Amino acid sequence: MTAAPFITFAVLAAVAVASGLAMMLSQNSVYSALFLVINFTVVAVLFLVLGAPFIAMLQITVYAGAIMVLFIFVIMLLGGERLPAPQQRLRWQQSLAVVLVLALLALAGYVFAQGAAPAAVLADPQQYGSPAALGMLLFTKYLFPFEFTSLLLLVAMIGVVVLTAVEERRRRLPRASRRT
Amino acid sequence: MFDLAPLVLAFPIAGVLLNLLFGRYLNERWISIIGVAAVAGAFVVAILQALALAASGQHAHLALLANWIEVGQLQAPWQLRIDTLSVTMMLLVTGVGMLIHIYASGYMHGDARFARFFIYLNLFITAMLVLVGGDNYLMLFVGWEGVGLCSFLLIGFWYDAGEPSASARVGGEPQAGAGNARAGRKAFVVNRIGDFGLLLAIFILFWQVGSLQFDAVAEYFAAQGAAVGGLATVITLLLLVGVCGKSAQIPLFIWLPDAMAGPTPVSALIHAATMVTAGIYLVARSAVMFELAPVSQMVVALVGATTAFMAGTIALAQYDIKRVLAYSTISQLGFMVAAVGLGGYVAGMFHLLTHAFFKALLFLSAGSVIHGVEHGAHATHAHVDAQDMRVMGGLRNKMPVTFWVYLIGSLALAGVFPLAGFWSKDEILADAWHVGMVEGHWHGVLVYALLALAAFSTALYMTRQIILVFFGAARSEAAAHAHESPPLMTAPLVILALLSVLGGLLNLPGWHALGTWLEHTHEYFHTGAFNPLVAGISTAVALAGIALGYRVYYLAPRTTADAADQLQPALGSMFGFLRGKWFVDELYDAVIVRPFERGARSLAFALDWDLWHDGFHDSVLAAGFRTLAAFLSGPVDKTVIDRLFDGLAGAVRVLGSRNLQRVQTGYVRNYALGVVLGVVAVMGYFVSRSA
Amino acid sequence: MIPVNYYLALSAVLFCIGALGVLVRRNALVIFMSIELMLNAANVAFVAFSRQFGHLDGQIMVLFVLTVAAAEVAVGLAMIVAIFRVRASINVDELNQLRG
Repeated sequence: MTAAPFITFAVLAAVAVASGLAMMLSQNSVYSALFLVINFTVVAVLFLVLGAPFIAMLQITVYAGAIMVLFIFVIMLLGGERLPAPQQRLRWQQSLAVVLVLALLALAGYVFAQGAAPAAVLADPQQYGSPAALGMLLFTKYLFPFEFTSLLLLVAMIGVVVLTAVEERRRRLPRASRRT
Repeated sequence: MFDLAPLVLAFPIAGVLLNLLFGRYLNERWISIIGVAAVAGAFVVAILQALALAASGQHAHLALLANWIEVGQLQAPWQLRIDTLSVTMMLLVTGVGMLIHIYASGYMHGDARFARFFIYLNLFITAMLVLVGGDNYLMLFVGWEGVGLCSFLLIGFWYDAGEPSASARVGGEPQAGAGNARAGRKAFVVNRIGDFGLLLAIFILFWQVGSLQFDAVAEYFAAQGAAVGGLATVITLLLLVGVCGKSAQIPLFIWLPDAMAGPTPVSALIHAATMVTAGIYLVARSAVMFELAPVSQMVVALVGATTAFMAGTIALAQYDIKRVLAYSTISQLGFMVAAVGLGGYVAGMFHLLTHAFFKALLFLSAGSVIHGVEHGAHATHAHVDAQDMRVMGGLRNKMPVTFWVYLIGSLALAGVFPLAGFWSKDEILADAWHVGMVEGHWHGVLVYALLALAAFSTALYMTRQIILVFFGAARSEAAAHAHESPPLMTAPLVILALLSVLGGLLNLPGWHALGTWLEHTHEYFHTGAFNPLVAGISTAVALAGIALGYRVYYLAPRTTADAADQLQPALGSMFGFLRGKWFVDELYDAVIVRPFERGARSLAFALDWDLWHDGFHDSVLAAGFRTLAAFLSGPVDKTVIDRLFDGLAGAVRVLGSRNLQRVQTGYVRNYALGVVLGVVAVMGYFVSRSA
Repeated sequence: MIPVNYYLALSAVLFCIGALGVLVRRNALVIFMSIELMLNAANVAFVAFSRQFGHLDGQIMVLFVLTVAAAEVAVGLAMIVAIFRVRASINVDELNQLRG
């Protein structure tokens, strides 16, 4: 195993983990969002390394772009970048959560350690992971699920509109009482 | 023309349906036209069948209507059998039936149930034609039951009227106005006993012979001959039970006098001319079997002769004009049964035909008399029993047509030369004489003696009736104001009177038209030789009866309605015995009806009420159930089940409200922590298992 | 090449960080971001397996996860906005009305 890919992976992985931790620990929501953008970007590079350029592009545009912009927009809208004097109610939960998550990590590590010797990564075909190959698969084998996602997005859109729309009806109600 | 055979049934059925569906919208004229036309159509068809039969050598013709029962070897189709015997019966039923329908349209005028009456009459004609026209014993039975049903319906036609009969008074509690319905019920129940015998005979016939077709049965018995004499005896004796029921013979004759509760056309059609002759038809149809069973023949002959004598004596002492005729009918049916029992099938059938003519005539004339007296009673507002001969008298001038036809009918019935009754009755007596004197059978002598006595009493009671009704002075206001019936009623009377006069031509000695006609159906049908000696004796007997009646009743006429009968001094207590109809009803009442009721009552009280209800139900069922319920509700329910569920509920309450409640913190993060805990646990389980 | 196990380990670590974030943070927005991180960790595993077996189906799955994540974020943020209008807070600890 040559060292170069390994070093690349190690650096990227370290950045990803560090940005994730920083996202989690940061008290300012805006910082959390920005750390998450770093994390997504690093993961997108990892996708490129793994031969998935199309997914990597999607990761950048959808996650790091659209979704995170939405997050920051909401944070700014609500002024929720800092919680006002958070009153810690569930102290015991913090430590229990850390213990449980560490246990989960330990279990995962044990599973990977127990796993068989890493299978040889297949030879990299020329067109592997190209947008054309992916599109071919998406519009043949996964046509129905793909069409279904459009329905899902539509439903989500309607839901969002309903949830955030200011109800007009409430304003009209008092009129009836004015008549008297 | 045989193709038209099904129409003989279709016409009356159409009449039934038309009046049933539209009778309520039609007036009397149209209802009666439909009813009469239905029977007239059937009569025409019957004539055509007879002509076709005569043209084709009198061989039986079968007309399949529909397949009915086909189970295994049992083949019982709806099939008409057109042979000389059935056609003769069809002609009789439809011909006389038509005249009586015409009469009825006048007699029933103004009745509230006019349409229903004609529906019943047409239904009866249908059933009777099925009876005589069917090709197997099953169809015969269907018709047999059908006419029984119609008889029941028509006896009880005025079900809301009528005195409770004597037997009803003795047996149960008297109910005002339900007498006619009771009479109908009596007829039905008594007939049922006879039907039971017939049904058993049919079962045995199918069991042993394997077929109910007349041809098949005849072939079987003809082929087996004397080897199946025992079987034939059993079957014929059972058939005799049926004959006794339907044709009113001892011991089942008691229903027929009560059947006079029905309207008079019904009495004439069903209870004199047609239905009651079904028994004679049955014997004639089953002649093959009777010929193989001499014992049965003897029993049949004796039953018939005894009935003829007994009923003839009872008729001497009755005052009800229709009741006299009813007993006369029983007596004459006894003549016919005796005739067929002696093997004189042609004589029996001959008397059946002539009797149908003059007895229908007599009944219809009696109806005319009743009609007239009722109108007289109505005009004078007098309350009289319009059927009681004691209140009549002197009607000869007021109802001339009725008088003359009644006289003709009476003479024919009495057997006066040369009217129809003379020839037919003489043939029966000649057959009896032949069996007794020539063949030397003792029962032949006995039958002859009984029949001769019956013939004597026939002449006597008819003379008595004529004199009581038509001669002397009117003994009530009603009789004094009676008047002749309308032409619609008298026209059939005149026709029937003509038939009563000329009926003898059917089988005149030396010509024997009926005998040769019927011979084509059964080889056993043949006419006995004319015996001048017997004829002379018969005539003498009849004239003696008339002379005695003239002397007793005409020369010493009854003057008031309440006077004692002129025969009473001579007969003494014997008259009371005859007046009480030999107390047969009372005998049956004491021997059968009352013990039955007493037994039923004691069973009801002792078995059902005391033992079953009080004993078993109260002490075993109810007490046991109560004990079980107490046990279940007390120890089981209160201690075990109640505590169990109380404990469960309490445990749930403690657990839920005090402990588990705390788990539901409402913090989303707590729940998420629970999810992670679950994930770790499940993963840990799999990892530990694979390790 | 880097063995797939390494990627999977990275995926597990990222997933655990996300899970920890969901459990310990009270800010609803950060909790959502942690959920995004968990989904992203799953994506890493998908792509790694896809690479190992040479099937593109794994990448297709990532596509669908992306779609679901986008829908989820949109609806979730809308809910947060709606809740904020009523409670003037995005602290999930103040939303405990369902306490038993």
